[in-house]
Amino acid sequence: MAYSEKVVEHYNNPRNVGSFKKEEEGIGTGLVGAPECGDVMKLQIKVDDESGIIKDARFKTFGCGSAIASSSLATEWVKGKTVDQALQIRNTDIVKELSLPPVKIHCSVLAEDAIKSAISDWKAKHPVEVAAKAAR
Amino acid sequence: MATLNQPIYMDNQATTPVDPRVLDAMLPYFGERFGNAASRNHQFGWDAEEGVTKARKQVAALINASPKEIVFTSGATESDNLALKGVAEMYSQKGDHIITCVTEHKAVIDSAKHLEKQGIRITFLPVEKNGRVDLDDLKRAITDKTILISIMTANNEVGVVQDIREIGRIAREHGVLFHTDAVQAVGKIPFDVQEMNVDIASISAHKMYGPKGVGAIYVRRRNPRVLLSPIMDGGGHERGMRSGTLNVPGIVGFGKAAELAMNELEEESARLFRLRERLRTGLEANLDELYINGDMEHRVPGNLNISFAYVEGESLLMGIDDIAVSSGSACTSASLEPSYVLKALGVGEDLAHTSIRFGLGRFNTDEEVDYVVDKVTHTVLRLRELSPLYEMVKEGIDLSTVNWTAD
Repeated sequence: MAYSEKVVEHYNNPRNVGSFKKEEEGIGTGLVGAPECGDVMKLQIKVDDESGIIKDARFKTFGCGSAIASSSLATEWVKGKTVDQALQIRNTDIVKELSLPPVKIHCSVLAEDAIKSAISDWKAKHPVEVAAKAAR
Repeated sequence: MATLNQPIYMDNQATTPVDPRVLDAMLPYFGERFGNAASRNHQFGWDAEEGVTKARKQVAALINASPKEIVFTSGATESDNLALKGVAEMYSQKGDHIITCVTEHKAVIDSAKHLEKQGIRITFLPVEKNGRVDLDDLKRAITDKTILISIMTANNEVGVVQDIREIGRIAREHGVLFHTDAVQAVGKIPFDVQEMNVDIASISAHKMYGPKGVGAIYVRRRNPRVLLSPIMDGGGHERGMRSGTLNVPGIVGFGKAAELAMNELEEESARLFRLRERLRTGLEANLDELYINGDMEHRVPGNLNISFAYVEGESLLMGIDDIAVSSGSACTSASLEPSYVLKALGVGEDLAHTSIRFGLGRFNTDEEVDYVVDKVTHTVLRLRELSPLYEMVKEGIDLSTVNWTAD
């Protein structure tokens, strides 16, 4: 199976690899997938409390090259977006950008899930900010 | 250091390159010796028949059979089909039960399942953690309706060698025919149909440096005399068991490959064992959390199957794209299911996803092994840096306690 150029590029030079310390402020963590399924993604966001903008992101992925590329791309895309904007990212956008074949669509689905999971974790930890934002 | 030819081929359980000496033997049979071996009344036919006769002797000698007991086929898939279906039909008066095992090649498993639909009872024996069949399980499974035991000699994924001699003895004791898919063993380890009481055996040319598209089935002629119903109808070639014009160049190449394997077996298996151990100890010196799949003692010398925990197999293959190996990861197959063989050995699906099969062969060198050790080490370390699982384990988290979001 041939990989698209973009998948290979992300695999060779993954963006934003690593982890934020849990005790840092404004962190939301998503951990999705399962080792038995051959895919686990951890995606973290660092959110500015005032603006709700995602200032930084990190990921680590256990999975095939397409899974690594999907999560690497996801960290690039969420940066600079507000949490609500980031929630609009669809797996189909990732499929298109990376030219993923049908058998690899589940990788993009997992990346979308990772974004959502990180954001809901952040929201759960920051009820005050979320409420304030809703009131505005 | 000599320059390495890249990509490096280390997938010799999938197929082997044709030995140049084999190719030389075949070439005349594509040219002036093009005749049909069944043409009994002219020189062209006689030339072809002479090539086939010699090859039959060469293949027979390798397994200590008589040339008359060798039936040429298109390959081991056909041989496996012929063994199971041929016995089931020929011996239907005697019984309706076949014993095989869960780690067999799909050619055996799917032939058995095909027969099951036609009313044959099939027992799929489990294997132990080391990949071997428990002989007490085998004895218990035999009934007075059992007509065939089919257990492979060496497994294609993990290289585990069954106790064929003992299985042959048990089969003989109970008056049950014994078939073995010996594709991964013949030419690699000593294989003797007399000593091992084998009644039927499947062999393939392209796993022993011969050409693709040709194989054989050994069918015992005396004590007991075994007969197989053909699965193809036609001109009654090969003692009526396998109709179809013989693939003369392929058969000649198969014969030459068998002769080379026989002459070089001892030296080659020692060399492959040494290379395999160089690979294993090299990787184990550099990396932690490696898990070897399958028994290390009862194993063909050229096979190493390792799980690199926390690194998914396909991503590892992608990082070592100048090395040809294969993975038990689901992602490398169309099915999205990890290897059924590893599953049968009790390897968890998490580790099955991280498994790589290295298949060393005649043309691999020390330099290639050293290159592979370095490249795999480097790639595994890089991917573990990227692996959330490796990070969690290093933080002391027990992965089995994590509430994964698997669907």
